[in-house]
Amino acid sequence: MSAAVELVDRPVRVALVGAPNAGKTTLFNALTGSSARVGNYPGVTVERREGTLRHSPRPVRVLDLPGTYSVVGETLDEQIVEKVLAGRLAGESELDGIVAVLDATTLRRGLGLLRELLKTGRPIALVLTMIDEVRARGGKIEPARLSALLGIPVLGVVGHRGVGMDPLFRILQEPWRWSKPLALPPADDAVARFAWVDEVCRKIGAEQLEPDTRTDRIDRLLLDPLAGVAVFGLVMLLLFQSIFSWAVPAMNAIDAGFGELERASRAALPAGWLTDLWTDGVLAGVGSVLVFLPQIAILFTFIHLLQDVGYMARAAFVVDRVMGWVGLQGRSFVPLLSCYACAVPGIMATRTIQSPRERLATILVAPFMTCSARLPVYTLLIAAFVPHRALLGVVGLQGLVLFALYLLGAATALGSAALLGSTLLKGKPSVFYMELPPYRWPTVRLLARQVWHSARAFLKRAGTIILATSVVLWALLSFPRSAPDPARTPAENARASLEASVAAHVGHALEPAIAPLGFDWKIGVGLVASLAAREVIVATLAQTYAVASKDDFAGLRDALRSDVNPATGKPEFGLPAALALCVFFVFALQCTSTMVVMARETGTWRWPALAFGYMLALAWTASFVTYQLTSRLAG
Amino acid sequence: MQAAAADATAPGDGEVPLLALAVGARARIAEPRPGLPIPQRLADLGFVPGTELWIVRRAPFGDPLELELRGYRLCLRAEQVESLRVIPGAAR
Repeated sequence: MSAAVELVDRPVRVALVGAPNAGKTTLFNALTGSSARVGNYPGVTVERREGTLRHSPRPVRVLDLPGTYSVVGETLDEQIVEKVLAGRLAGESELDGIVAVLDATTLRRGLGLLRELLKTGRPIALVLTMIDEVRARGGKIEPARLSALLGIPVLGVVGHRGVGMDPLFRILQEPWRWSKPLALPPADDAVARFAWVDEVCRKIGAEQLEPDTRTDRIDRLLLDPLAGVAVFGLVMLLLFQSIFSWAVPAMNAIDAGFGELERASRAALPAGWLTDLWTDGVLAGVGSVLVFLPQIAILFTFIHLLQDVGYMARAAFVVDRVMGWVGLQGRSFVPLLSCYACAVPGIMATRTIQSPRERLATILVAPFMTCSARLPVYTLLIAAFVPHRALLGVVGLQGLVLFALYLLGAATALGSAALLGSTLLKGKPSVFYMELPPYRWPTVRLLARQVWHSARAFLKRAGTIILATSVVLWALLSFPRSAPDPARTPAENARASLEASVAAHVGHALEPAIAPLGFDWKIGVGLVASLAAREVIVATLAQTYAVASKDDFAGLRDALRSDVNPATGKPEFGLPAALALCVFFVFALQCTSTMVVMARETGTWRWPALAFGYMLALAWTASFVTYQLTSRLAG
Repeated sequence: MQAAAADATAPGDGEVPLLALAVGARARIAEPRPGLPIPQRLADLGFVPGTELWIVRRAPFGDPLELELRGYRLCLRAEQVESLRVIPGAAR
């Protein structure tokens, strides 16, 4: 022991290891506060969390390893844990100590993991969480007895209430002072391990706890075949409603605020391309990043609340069968539902899916769900070209088309999940196992911190790239610049400058590729611009048609309707092309933000590149079929 | 309640597949048959011979199952536990 008591000037490194739901993350947050950094292990979807121990004069880095039931690598998470513990993962330095985090109410399972950890030969301390629940359920827990039996330090805590944390803060600073484990009989397989566990539990008197009657009672209702499904439906409806409508006022305020800021900047600064860069590039870009925040905040408040209370696992339990039909898991449901608002928070929400294969499949199909950015595009095109007429006297044709577009998106998402499962992500489906934790009261402080972490992660990881692409796209749409002609209206000048831009050239160059879909170069420019965000095509079309403002909905609708091809004298745009364009938007991954978040969440640009490719191919084909079919039917 | 792996039960004697167990009925995990070991993943979760368990409920759509063993509850899809065999009846 004494050999290690040198004055180390490098930070002490300890890792938390424990099963999912053992309270490891709560403990980690309590230990590290706001210093936590969340990233990915290189090239994989496994989240890496590290922070600095609070209240410690000596720098102590705390690594929160992925939740795991075993440290023999079967799943990706476990392989990471196994390698980190063995000091074999590139980029991870040696650990000075391992902190096993076990839920004190499930010792007869949890000690099996401790037995595996004792084999590593590194200094180990054991932290028992949720000791309050053991007492509430008529059990007793005596860390000192367990410590005497095992030889290692054992502490009992209630992480979210801060109970028993002081000694933990102290011992984490000096792992080399931890007492060494007593010699144990070999236990090479699970049978031997659990025989040991049962013996330990008998010796310390960890008797069977009384059932958690509160949880039992709630579960009888919430997991009832009828009531359970009804409650599930209601909770999901509420979640859907909240991200769809409650976020809108805040999003509008952010939009209006930045609009005001742009106007004020224009008024204050001299006209010129630098001012344009500031207002249309930078300000618009920052606005387009911040506008995601309300939805992210609301969605993650919901998700973390459901998670902390214990309902999230129940929801997954209820819907797992249905998601299993397309090769996904119950936990894929909430992220996919969230994608109706926006794929960015939806893809971030896939972190609740523990198995990497199902998580990746969910991420890859998420952009097919009809996000709210597609709605302005659909609304414009449907209003302009689908007759305002009722079918069978009751169902509005326009509404029906809109509904069909939503349905097409969802069906494609689920179909592609099934297809991915049997092709690209083929292989043994991940073993699905999940605990239903006891229902617990959430704490506001923890909830607020979790939501803040999600929002900050989005701003830091995705915000900067989204901002950069927004500036690049602005440049494509604004250069080369043409001098404004005072004889023309500002709207006409805006059109002239767009027509001269690089984006217009790209639009013209795209024409051969998109003509079979019924699109001309103007739509081509719109498609280029919509790479920033889908709804941008509306503003770009407004500019192309020299409509004074993108908010002049009727003006733009009429301009689209009355656009005539100068060569043929026929209408440029009709119902077939409008439908084809809608279908294109159902499928195409026209959203840089989504791709950036995909890359961040999967740890590589390979997946977003692949998704962009197959979604574009699908979009082109489907639009082609739609245009050719409908123009023949109409003609 | 302690795992009694030494129970000299001959394979097949009174055993039934776990999935044949009624909801709420207790049973103990049987010794695996030769050539049909308990999957490693399940063993890590505490599914070792002699461990008592019971099916708490089935999900509203019939699958997955919620099981209780070793003082905790776990959800598993039926296909994952279909190889498990149990001896009905409480350990005590």
